[in-house]
Amino acid sequence: MMTLQQIKNILNDARPESVEELAQQAAQLTRRHFGRTMGLYGPLYLSNFCSSHCTYCGFHSQNKIQRIKLGTEQYRKEMQFIHTRGIRNILMLTGESYKHTPVPYLKEAALIASEYFQGIALEVHPMETFEYKELFAAGVDGITVYQETYDRARYAQVHLSGYKKDYDFRYATPRRAAEAGIRQISLGILLGLSDVANDVYALYQHLRELEKSFPGVEYSVSFPRLRTVKTATLAKSNVDDAQFVKIIALTRLLFPRVGINLSTREEPELRDHLLEIGITRISAGSNTSVGGYALLEEKEQDPQFDIKDMRSVDQIVKLLKAKDFDPVFTDWRHIENSL
Amino acid sequence: MTDTPLVIAGKSFTSRFLLGTGKFKNKKDLSDSIIAGGSQIVTVALRRIDLERHEENILEFIPPHVTLLTNTSGARNAQEAVRIARLAKASGCGNWVKIEVINDSKYLLPDNHETIKATEILSAEGFVVLPYISPDLYAARALVKAGAATVMPLGSFIGSNQGLKTKEFIQVLINEIDLPIIVDAGIGAPSQAAEAMEMGADAVLANTAIATAPNPAVLARAFALAIEAGRLAYLSGLPARHCVAKASSPLTGFLYDDTPTN
Repeated sequence: MMTLQQIKNILNDARPESVEELAQQAAQLTRRHFGRTMGLYGPLYLSNFCSSHCTYCGFHSQNKIQRIKLGTEQYRKEMQFIHTRGIRNILMLTGESYKHTPVPYLKEAALIASEYFQGIALEVHPMETFEYKELFAAGVDGITVYQETYDRARYAQVHLSGYKKDYDFRYATPRRAAEAGIRQISLGILLGLSDVANDVYALYQHLRELEKSFPGVEYSVSFPRLRTVKTATLAKSNVDDAQFVKIIALTRLLFPRVGINLSTREEPELRDHLLEIGITRISAGSNTSVGGYALLEEKEQDPQFDIKDMRSVDQIVKLLKAKDFDPVFTDWRHIENSL
Repeated sequence: MTDTPLVIAGKSFTSRFLLGTGKFKNKKDLSDSIIAGGSQIVTVALRRIDLERHEENILEFIPPHVTLLTNTSGARNAQEAVRIARLAKASGCGNWVKIEVINDSKYLLPDNHETIKATEILSAEGFVVLPYISPDLYAARALVKAGAATVMPLGSFIGSNQGLKTKEFIQVLINEIDLPIIVDAGIGAPSQAAEAMEMGADAVLANTAIATAPNPAVLARAFALAIEAGRLAYLSGLPARHCVAKASSPLTGFLYDDTPTN
């Protein structure tokens, strides 16, 4: 493992040739371990009710947006829409509300999702191990939970109220999910919230700890960059494209087999380049509003973040093929989950 | 010299080259590689089979004469491997299954203990079981008892292209186990495949080296030739190796020569 100072040195080294060298090494390792394949997934926002106030998020509790929670028939319609586009891995998201989207609600959504999808993951509020066990049994194979920042002081500054204020409970969430049998766990930091080198280093430490304790889990990481939500700029520091490339490459060098996800919040042109460097899974044809696929008109939508890559699943597939990538729609076949 | 076929669970194969199907940049490269390499057994992860999408369904790119060997990639224990194998059979993928139980996402080393348990259950259910293991004599013996059809020891870390790092242990299996020994994982070059065959392995499975090659079909053909060459060398028997030069015209032969001298 690299020291914090080594990571700082790499991120501060702005020479184009060092960025290129890092990218070349990362690309080579990615091809060796993943070949020229690219996983595809689709996000589905089930609800934007949220009891936490996170200053950087469009869904936060103080924001006066239209609050929606999809009922069974509503999310079924959304699922059917995503399914007809070819997506077989779904990431279902909610705001962080234990009250509006409790375990029974999520379980039912997972059960319905298993009619349409082979891989089901959740990005919702952190829970206890026994709750993850229930969700695992209902067919949830993946949990995504970002620490956002590992800088405790900054964490307290941007998480003003709600359960998300509890840094330690959130930090231990991947561990609880793994104990419950969850197969795929995705970690992440919101680049720009705090000092980037410190956050990247702490994320790597977190990942190493988890790998040692739960070696059987398939880990992946995401590096969302702070973006504007309905024109409000929330970023505190700027991670430029070169730094972003270095973070992805460095992650690949230190964790050769770990998946690296990329969302549609990045510009299409940059996304296309990053595919070569280390990314293994991308979202496609995404809508980040509740009911955004098949239920609501565009003017009615309040997205969690603005999408930069508006291309449809078909367009992404065409692009991948043109770039000599094999798009992977199915990377799991749902089996009965029990420990 | 004529060879006997490779026989697995009563089925004969003239090719001793098994191909994995992961990591190819497109499905055409895969089918071209199967044809060029002449593989008659091809392994596919059930997790990658999409029965609904015909244009992306990997099975449609595997020629009909090829025996499909579904693998249990993603299984972390025996129970999951068993469930995946049953699901494969129910999905119409047949009853040939390569058991992969891997509970370590960093090194991807197989869990021999759980593999034996899964083999026991699935063999009893009538599956033809080809278990993938770390080369270990006790595990291999347990697999024989459990009803395995072959034993598939790894040559080195999966995807590493490092060749036969476990050579001595594989040799023990070749010497002691009366099932076909198929060297799987880590075989990164035709020369390494030939080496495994020269040792007496019954077959070789390769994937990453071919899938990630600039021209997969050409390399698949090279692997097939190397495997054949290695097999012939094994059948012929290799001359003994010596540490120092050995003169082909000995100097002291006259001492034991019965021919009378004048």
